[in-house]
Amino acid sequence: MTKSYDHIVIGAGHNGLTAAAYLAKAGGRVLVLEARDAIGGASATAEIAPGYKVSTCAHLLNQLHPRVAKDLGLASHGLKFAGTDLPTTVLGASGAVLRAQGDNVEGAISPADRAKYAAFRKKLLKFSKRLQPMLLTTPPRLLNRDFKQNMDLLKLGWAIRSLGRTDMREFLRVAGMNVYDLVRDDFESDLVQVLFANDAVLGTSMGPRSPGTVLTLLYRLTGEIAGRQGALALPQGGMGAVADALAAAATKAGAEIRTAAPVARILIENDRAVGVVLSSGEEIRAGHILSNADPRTTFVKLVGARHLDAGFQRDVTKIRTKGMAAKLNLALDSLPAFTGLNQSDLAGRVILSESIEQIENAFNPAKYGEYSPTPLIELTIPSVADPSLTGPGKHVLSAIVQYAPYHLKAGWDAAREDFLKTIMARLENFAPGIGKQVVASQLLTPLDLEREYGLPGGHWHHGELAIDQLLMLRPVAAASRYEGPIAGLYLCGAGAHPGGGVMGAAGHNAARTVLEARKSGEKAA
Amino acid sequence: MAERADKTRDVIVIGAGHNGLVNAAYLARAGLDVLVLEKNDHIGGAAVSSVMYEGWTYSNCSYVCSLLRPEIMRDLELPRHGLQVIPYEGGATMMRNGDHFATYYDHDVFREEMRRHSRKDAEAYDHYSTAVMKQCRWIKPLLLRTPPDPTSFRPRDLQELLYLGKHFASLGERDMGELIRFFTLSIADFLDEYFESDVVKAHFAGSGIIGTALGPYSPGTAYVLLHHYMGDIDGSVGAWGFARGGMGSVSSAIAASLLSYKGEIRVNSEVAQVLVENGKATGVVLANGDIIRARKVVSNLDVKRTFTKITDPKDLPGDFLERVTKFKIRGSSGKLNISLDGMPTFNNVPAGHSSLRGDLHFTDSMERMERAYDDWKAGDWSRDPYVDMLLPTQIDPTMAPPGKHYMSVFVQYAPPTLSGGRDWDGPARQQFADTVINQIAACSPNFKDLINHYEVRTPWDIENEVGLTEGNIFQGELTMDQLIFNRPVPGYAQYKAPIANMYMCGSSTHPGGGVMGAPGANAAREILRDLRIHGMDPRQEIEL
Repeated sequence: MTKSYDHIVIGAGHNGLTAAAYLAKAGGRVLVLEARDAIGGASATAEIAPGYKVSTCAHLLNQLHPRVAKDLGLASHGLKFAGTDLPTTVLGASGAVLRAQGDNVEGAISPADRAKYAAFRKKLLKFSKRLQPMLLTTPPRLLNRDFKQNMDLLKLGWAIRSLGRTDMREFLRVAGMNVYDLVRDDFESDLVQVLFANDAVLGTSMGPRSPGTVLTLLYRLTGEIAGRQGALALPQGGMGAVADALAAAATKAGAEIRTAAPVARILIENDRAVGVVLSSGEEIRAGHILSNADPRTTFVKLVGARHLDAGFQRDVTKIRTKGMAAKLNLALDSLPAFTGLNQSDLAGRVILSESIEQIENAFNPAKYGEYSPTPLIELTIPSVADPSLTGPGKHVLSAIVQYAPYHLKAGWDAAREDFLKTIMARLENFAPGIGKQVVASQLLTPLDLEREYGLPGGHWHHGELAIDQLLMLRPVAAASRYEGPIAGLYLCGAGAHPGGGVMGAAGHNAARTVLEARKSGEKAA
Repeated sequence: MAERADKTRDVIVIGAGHNGLVNAAYLARAGLDVLVLEKNDHIGGAAVSSVMYEGWTYSNCSYVCSLLRPEIMRDLELPRHGLQVIPYEGGATMMRNGDHFATYYDHDVFREEMRRHSRKDAEAYDHYSTAVMKQCRWIKPLLLRTPPDPTSFRPRDLQELLYLGKHFASLGERDMGELIRFFTLSIADFLDEYFESDVVKAHFAGSGIIGTALGPYSPGTAYVLLHHYMGDIDGSVGAWGFARGGMGSVSSAIAASLLSYKGEIRVNSEVAQVLVENGKATGVVLANGDIIRARKVVSNLDVKRTFTKITDPKDLPGDFLERVTKFKIRGSSGKLNISLDGMPTFNNVPAGHSSLRGDLHFTDSMERMERAYDDWKAGDWSRDPYVDMLLPTQIDPTMAPPGKHYMSVFVQYAPPTLSGGRDWDGPARQQFADTVINQIAACSPNFKDLINHYEVRTPWDIENEVGLTEGNIFQGELTMDQLIFNRPVPGYAQYKAPIANMYMCGSSTHPGGGVMGAPGANAAREILRDLRIHGMDPRQEIEL
């Protein structure tokens, strides 16, 4: 006889765990079902060779929502940082180095640019700050809003309007721009341009010249970590530590987590989700089902077309999820020597690219189904600040490599080895001899990211971040308020508003929606 | 500086482009004393016909008449003044494999042709055209409205915002989402949702890149497609057409209308500077030193030219000037005008076939189009360019001697400045022309032999002759940051310059380029409003 539950969460990604923790804290009986052996989804730490642990997928924390961290007491559940407010170093051609931390920048930058840098960054942070309240707001509907939704909409509008006339005009102008034009209007130094462009395009299928890339930059800068907006942090023990703390918060509150329990389908009775069926055939029922899986998987695979309106199903299949970023994890027998970088640079984030044009050019082949021969690389060597990952002297390097399209003409299984060679050759340019230090390597192409972590199309955010896939249109208008056309079924993952990044906001918002439904259900009963 | 004894005018319009003329005509029609000043020896700006080769008339810049607002045609009685627009009868995209994809005016025949390339695409076509037309119909009433300032609390702006809100809501939830998608999607993503065949997609995608410094894979190009579809000829939305006698006849019809209202046009009268006294525009100084005074000064020049060439920077607020400098106006197109001794033949298209009486293309996949854009990004013209080609003489024989033909070849992409220190004025111009001619010749065996004469127009030429900065045919790129209330500069989208009594009426203002006339009409409405003269409202109100 199976136990009965109030809520089932499909998927133990960080959003699923967040939702579970909130629901359990509110007194619900919660079961989390995870297909893999490990929890955390893309927020994971794993051993890639004996004695070498690394954040296998996401590798930096910059958006974990402060409210989530506080409400769930993540610090008390073991989340510690090996570094907050990490510096970023951009390594360009022939050893040119730019170092940036907060509003400070030094190195390969012209005096004119240096004088403008802090004010420019402050302007972006100010705009992003106005977008912050949006993160924890359930998107109002486009039409037929009730009073509360109208108020929410007014609040969002007011957040922009209260910028004052000059700033509001500037905000409305830049929000639709591409990052290439934005930074080149103000800066002449290559590596400053690279710094902003990297943060704008990473994880998207856009190049710096693609309109919309300023919006993704602003989106990213809504993140706040350890009280600092726009900062980067390294969790002690890797990104898995975030998932572990969330899981600890959830289980402490009474939630149950089962791994290696893949859900085969969602049980629908009378147009209502009433439970799930596991691959093993086991059937478990609950009042509310939350899916941390992406919207397409949730509706097309787990619910099934026969329960869906044709228009809705079409909209869900249209969600744009072109993954362009690969992940390379290296186990190294010693610290690599990057030309021009010192130990403290390596404790932070390193971006390898010589110019914004180079990034745009790296994007070109990806448009045609080829990986970039000179990809943009963002890397960390977390073992410098966190020796617990490898033990002393040894290191792990974690790199996001862009651009590598999900739909590779040559097919990833055939091209994976060549791509690895390409990346290693690129790394070798910046860190001569690194190839000989490699003990083991793990390359996750967008296809692997989909297979391994369920990221649709290998896209980190479960769907491109663009105006037409944000707010009341994320993932599609008819499911933007977490509950879609199937009563009792809620989306709680990155595919829902406000999207990806290890943020926890989607999980938080979905849980709030479920709790409201529970309350009104109790009232009705 | 001698002040010539010229009476003070009510309005001076700088530049006799089609928008300047539309603006002047509306103002003259309202009873104002209007003078249009044109630097060239002819009017029309980029809407011109000219005889470059004995016997042939070229529409040597703009070449298609589809966007001109019907309200303007009616108000200014352009047909009575000689304007005749003849719709295309078809069109085709030539394919590398020797086949082609033809378009037909007849819906059923067109679907039949589509089915030849893909059954699925033929099925999808009606959904596609319904989706596009719905959005066009939604946008059209906005073309002749002044954008509201979203930062303002003036009743007028709030009222307009409210109107926009209601107009938006009138679409219904699903189409509201679709509209937002239109403003942000790439034309490639949009077409992928409907079609599978490369050639069908490429055929439709052309409208998403014409005149644009973006490739079909760039977000925002779906809107550019809409921009090109907003026109209607004889009430048929999205139809394109020829102006009989070339595009110059559009300009001359508007000019005739202006003259009928007692307006005046002076050619060979370049304005050197807008005269500003006590913070107010009071007239203009011509290049020859003459001063002409007026109560209102309107500029048809693009926003960069207006404020960095003929306005004294000290008369402008600093942040305004900074925004003007940041305004993106990169040219991306070139043109060839060719006189032919006879009608060329194309890839197994029967002679005289209706598809030849419309727009012809030579790019059969979006990937080829995007690669053409990559060349532009690198500061080169496309090695495999997208070509939008017409032979207007099949429909309008007045443009060439009997039996001979005029071919208008629009070319995408060509950058305003070439990389590697090359000059458009050097050998590059010929190489560019050869690239384009070879592109056409690849699908037309007798084409090269028929060439009599051709004229090459690069962005550099367009800048020098027409006066469009960087050769941008829309007087500014059509990206979200430069549309509606952001066009041309946030806070100055209501046709008024930051200098009192000075206005803007060119395509740098809402709703942008194309031979549409809407910016000119909108600016006229604002001027009349400021002068408290009633009786002109080209807006079409919608029932809410």
